[in-house]
Amino acid sequence: MMTEAQLREAVLAVSASVAAHADELTALDSAIGDGDHGGNMKRGFDAVAADVDSIVAKPLPDALKAIGTKLVMTVGGASGPLYGTLFLSLGRELTSAPADYAGAFRRAVDAVAARGKSAIGQKTMLDVLYPVADAIGAMKPKDEIVAIAHAAAEATRDRQAIRGRASFLGERSIGHVDPGARSSALLIEAIAGLLP
Amino acid sequence: MSIVGIVIVSHSPLVAQGAADMVRQMVGDDVPLAWCGGDPAGGLGTSVEAIMAAIERAWSDAGVAVLVDLGGAETNSEMAVEMLGDDRAGKVVICNAPVVEGAVMAATEASGGASLAEVRATAEELYAS
Repeated sequence: MMTEAQLREAVLAVSASVAAHADELTALDSAIGDGDHGGNMKRGFDAVAADVDSIVAKPLPDALKAIGTKLVMTVGGASGPLYGTLFLSLGRELTSAPADYAGAFRRAVDAVAARGKSAIGQKTMLDVLYPVADAIGAMKPKDEIVAIAHAAAEATRDRQAIRGRASFLGERSIGHVDPGARSSALLIEAIAGLLP
Repeated sequence: MSIVGIVIVSHSPLVAQGAADMVRQMVGDDVPLAWCGGDPAGGLGTSVEAIMAAIERAWSDAGVAVLVDLGGAETNSEMAVEMLGDDRAGKVVICNAPVVEGAVMAATEASGGASLAEVRATAEELYAS
């Protein structure tokens, strides 16, 4: 079970990573989207970090839901409801089945897919989150999970976008890493140290 | 008989306000109408909180039809509707229609006392035709 100190460390690690990579995420988004992903994500995770004291005081499922709500309310772009749904669903799933991390993560990713009306292979964050869900389900070591996440993000470079703003570009979306896939990989890397 | 409310959600506050101005001029003041645009920091984008507040302002017991522009506006609006709670969420629909024409058509239909389903269908015909 995750301690309060570990949860605090995870929240701060994610927000630090998002802040450190905000310019990179925005550059990726400028290539195939509307160029706001870095700024939006930074605003959201800055707001989460600012609330870390009240978040870590809650039981884990409620803390995850609080993070999700904060992201929904502060991010602004489509990534707000998408990442928000990931955390809100994780919280809900862990409330009903506290020990089943792998199942909870997969169902939370399914909820993100439903929210975005998307599926794996469409050059989105799902291209990272589903392989990560598989790796967690297969009880892979955390280093391997992180490597899978980064490789999966990189693999979006050669894909054509089917969903999201990048899909307006059609074939011209090929050749760029998807910013949401990249931010998902960063998030997985930042919290991997705390995966069971 | 209450009139269906209309909410206009755009990435740009100027677009949202402009569309609302057109609705007011063409359809009049009988229709509950609210708009929002811009992200929580005031840039281009949408805000779930602002969308929820706009739905409150345009609230009608007959329901509320929401018109959105690009992808994030739709996703954020769906999230906002969910966060209203089950009772109210069932009375809000997001129309698959162009934001300006959809808002004018939806408001026109609403002003005649049409149901939420009729308002939505009229707005969505714009993409069907």
